[in-house]
Amino acid sequence: MAVEVKVPTILRTYTGGDKAVPGSGGTLGEVFDDLDSRHPGIKERVVDGGDLRRFVNVYVNDEDVRFTGGLDTSLSDGDTVVILPAVAGG
Amino acid sequence: MLTVDPEIAAAIIAHARRDHPDEACGVVAGPAGSDQAIRHVPMLNAAMSPTFYEFDSAELLRLYQDLEARDEEPVVIYHSHTATKAYPSRTDIALAQEPGAHYVLVSTADGAHEGDGPLPLRSYRIVDGEVTEEEVRVGEPAGSDRTE
Repeated sequence: MAVEVKVPTILRTYTGGDKAVPGSGGTLGEVFDDLDSRHPGIKERVVDGGDLRRFVNVYVNDEDVRFTGGLDTSLSDGDTVVILPAVAGG
Repeated sequence: MLTVDPEIAAAIIAHARRDHPDEACGVVAGPAGSDQAIRHVPMLNAAMSPTFYEFDSAELLRLYQDLEARDEEPVVIYHSHTATKAYPSRTDIALAQEPGAHYVLVSTADGAHEGDGPLPLRSYRIVDGEVTEEEVRVGEPAGSDRTE
């Protein structure tokens, strides 16, 4: 599945400054593996072990993937994946 | 230095007082690359906590879609401390993920949530765990043709 991944400012060091990059995979986890093959290091900033990092939000077609299966969320051609760092503190 | 419009400063302080004793949070957006904080967007603190804030996930997505559509950036990211001073906590520093933003803090501790006068806003850059305080000027933006 070919998808578009929107990259937040803080991760654009991995994409040469690009705000959006193409990705492919049948699940969100596969897309991050695919991205990491071309933008080494980006996956580790989003995924910790087998899960999304607590303070990174990922959306597929505007749905927070925490409610759609996390890294197992399945994707279709043309889907849009948005990565946004949480805005949080104490 | 950060310049904040007096009306926006007052709105941030009012928001902090309204949500006390929970922390209040939000952004002030401005045109991308301008470093001018001109559009106040109060956000929900999904944590609804006196010691933690986190933008609501769905609202966060709408905010960033809106910023992109308007070609804006989150120039200021603000929140309140309701029992401590207006200095970034260890959590604030660990979780800061917008290196271009001015992180603004206002404290409503020690009775400051009462009354309706001004409270000091303090502003910081937080980059790679390093905190640098900067001056805050409450006034019209430089280059504005509005009179003070």
